[in-house]
Amino acid sequence: MKIHIKNGRLIDPANNQDRHADLFIAAGKVVSIGEEPLGFHANQEIDAQGLVVCPGFVDLAARLREPGYEYRATLESEMGAAIAGGITSLACPPDTDPPLDEPGLVEMLKYRAKSLNQAHVFPVGALTLGLSGETLTEMAELRDAGCVAFSHAERPLDNALVLMRVMQYAATFDLSVWLRAQDASLSRIGVAHEGEVATRLGLPGIPACAETIALSRILQLAKETGARIHVCRISSSESVEMIREAKKQGLAVTCDISANHIHLSEMDIGFFDSNCHLIPPLRSLRDRDALRRGLKEGVIDAVCSDHTPVDDDAKLLPFAEAEPGATGLELLLPLVLKWAEEDKVPLIDALSRITRHPARILDAGCGHLARGHAADLCIFDPQGYWKVEPKSLKSQGKNTPFIGFEMKGRVICTLVGGHVVYRANHS
Amino acid sequence: MQNNRQINKSGELQHLLTIEGLPVSMLHHILDTAESFVGVTEREVKKVPLLRGKAIFNLFFEPSTRTRTTFEIAAKRLSADVINLNISASSQSKGETLLDTVNNLSAMHADMFIVRHAQSGAAHLIARHVAPEIHVINAGDGRHAHPTQALLDMYTIRHFKRDFHELRVAIIGDVMHSRVARSQIHALTTLGVPEVRVIAPKTLLPKGVEHLGVHAYHDMSKGLKDVDVLLMLRLQNERMQGALLPSAQEYFKYYGLTPEKLALARPDAIVMHPGPMNRGIEIDSSVADGPQSVILPQVTFGIAVRMAVMSILAGS
Amino acid sequence: MELPKTHEILEKLAAAIRAELTEDMVIVGIHTGGAWLARELHRTLGLSSPLGTLDISFYRDDFERIGLHPEVKPSDIPFDVDGSDILLVDDVLFTGRTVRAAINELFDYGRPARVRLAVLVDRGGRELPIEAGFTGIRLDLDEHRMIDLLRNEIGELELKLRPETGV
Repeated sequence: MKIHIKNGRLIDPANNQDRHADLFIAAGKVVSIGEEPLGFHANQEIDAQGLVVCPGFVDLAARLREPGYEYRATLESEMGAAIAGGITSLACPPDTDPPLDEPGLVEMLKYRAKSLNQAHVFPVGALTLGLSGETLTEMAELRDAGCVAFSHAERPLDNALVLMRVMQYAATFDLSVWLRAQDASLSRIGVAHEGEVATRLGLPGIPACAETIALSRILQLAKETGARIHVCRISSSESVEMIREAKKQGLAVTCDISANHIHLSEMDIGFFDSNCHLIPPLRSLRDRDALRRGLKEGVIDAVCSDHTPVDDDAKLLPFAEAEPGATGLELLLPLVLKWAEEDKVPLIDALSRITRHPARILDAGCGHLARGHAADLCIFDPQGYWKVEPKSLKSQGKNTPFIGFEMKGRVICTLVGGHVVYRANHS
Repeated sequence: MQNNRQINKSGELQHLLTIEGLPVSMLHHILDTAESFVGVTEREVKKVPLLRGKAIFNLFFEPSTRTRTTFEIAAKRLSADVINLNISASSQSKGETLLDTVNNLSAMHADMFIVRHAQSGAAHLIARHVAPEIHVINAGDGRHAHPTQALLDMYTIRHFKRDFHELRVAIIGDVMHSRVARSQIHALTTLGVPEVRVIAPKTLLPKGVEHLGVHAYHDMSKGLKDVDVLLMLRLQNERMQGALLPSAQEYFKYYGLTPEKLALARPDAIVMHPGPMNRGIEIDSSVADGPQSVILPQVTFGIAVRMAVMSILAGS
Repeated sequence: MELPKTHEILEKLAAAIRAELTEDMVIVGIHTGGAWLARELHRTLGLSSPLGTLDISFYRDDFERIGLHPEVKPSDIPFDVDGSDILLVDDVLFTGRTVRAAINELFDYGRPARVRLAVLVDRGGRELPIEAGFTGIRLDLDEHRMIDLLRNEIGELELKLRPETGV
């Protein structure tokens, strides 16, 4: 299969490219950028006039709900949503049922994902057995089975000794440890940011210090153990400053935020909108603005979708009882573009937050376009509008705070391994 | 973002979910209407035919005999048919969701739901999903709101004190967990009370309570000074757990309303309590039964206020 | 159409009532115009018995359609209704529904020995079998024509026929 993508604006943050150039693909790989190779006869031409051609997006957190929660969503539906969102590589957290704590489960997930022949799935293994915070998993074995990193998903890891041990053990094999910073005792009963809105609505709060206290412990132990740490989905302005300081000191730490947190604050809860029941909670406007600044300045490395398909039954409940989470795969690009436009971030820099930087954290050779490398890419219309509606979403999860919003940035075509895996219906 | 949809397009009250956002004219309209109903409750026939044939469902997901009874009396005095449903946690855990329950009852041609639920926002959720001709009254949702209680408190204050613009009001006790306090604060600030205070130890005040327009005090001797109205809150026994308070004894010593502490307020100050009271914990019996207590009139006015709310809703 | 002077109609009504006045008769006016009229008659007839007022908002039969009246006033019946001789007073008698509501409300206070009705204007158009015992003036008005009793700042009552609205 030979594909010629012509007339597009090619943006590849990893190679600092932003120019109009044609792309030539053969045998699943990029064979040339710009110049047509001698004797190249395309089987397929894609006209990308007025469109952006860029590496497929890399999402550091997408719950596919397999194994264990197939009634919520299936691998098929969510992988379909990923490519519809231009995402060609995604990491999935270990909080499946059972959790990804043994090689067999990881191999099965990899195998299932591969047979669908869509986006690449990178499982994140559990740090402890059953995510119960007690016994270490066989991390080296899990790595061999395909885990790219290890985490504790949203489950508490209270015991500082266990936290230190998992970091030490991971550091032994140079494995990356991905952690959410949230102190369990300070957040256990909370459902919203402890602030003005929670006070007004009478919702139990999660104070910002639940995050900073846990983050401070993680950073101290990272320094102590030398482990490679990625902090997942920070939410407060003070966390941004702590990460900035840690990076300045030369600590091997990276972090990400969810696309929802770039735009939303506690105010968006309004009168109990359970679509805004998210973990970490939406915090104050001041926090949100600090996250945006941190993202622009590069303190925050990546934006992830934090995709969590939740069915209506689990959302149509009083706020505190509603399950936290929102669908996100198909919103990742438009929400990043919205931020870029609002904060005047050059497109190439904005796209680096969902290509180059998360790819580096994932360390799996994806997220860039270069001769001889896999042709995983996304073609999107930066001016194309679409409306977020249950029927416009491929994911089985239909709940998002952005439901009903008009979004700019429409994925036209997604290629994985040189094959067109997604093409938008013409409208 | 979901808004507060208790006012319909014609500016009428469609549901009563919270005091927050209600215009001051609406509050006075409810209180004025309640005044007419006070007369009804003093007659030989304590009943008017206003809501004849209407089906009002008392939907109590959290047990409360007292509040349920006052709504029931109010509905019956308006000649409505009242159906009481106590939906225990167990039937909920059988898999029927809150909205399943509500949909089932709507199919029985309910005209009004009176909802009590342990979760903040439950009444809003129901109001968003019922058919447009059904009205919802929030009879207490979690820590969020208890608008009819706040309205009857305002009625009581207006009855004894007249002008809201000259009052200093203190709310005393567990503000953190109190839906009553949140509704009282919105009502008092909307009606133009220039100074609303909350008095409690820091463990019982929610973060940023000042943003609601109140002044926070931690010391009764300062907080009660020159106060015209004292709104006591109920202290639940379980607050002694979870590291909120050391003991009932210490709480009573520092925050319980005794005659000595009451003497710090203005001599004509009135004392109110939403009930049921914990005598000897948040209030001393001699104050609860004393000359400055208006706790019993509150109960009487409560019925008239609920009649007013029901008839205003049913007529919109 | 020219209406006679309001005070002349009032005097005529008062004279009719005076002719059948009993010692223990009490007057009850229906909010709002009837209450003004009741006070006026009470004064003109020189009565010392208590004067009551009724707000029939809670007894209306059009609640379903128009909802609760925005300015409900408390009813005030300062005497024992049981065994009383009541003169119910309203400004304009039209369909009879207001009087029906008022009688219903009166009976929720007790069982009067007798209820009679006095109105300033009987404009016809009855929808219920109700007639006034005392009438100031009878007018035959088109059903869309409106007539109101107004009160100025010095308390004088005046009947006003609203101009015909063009179709």
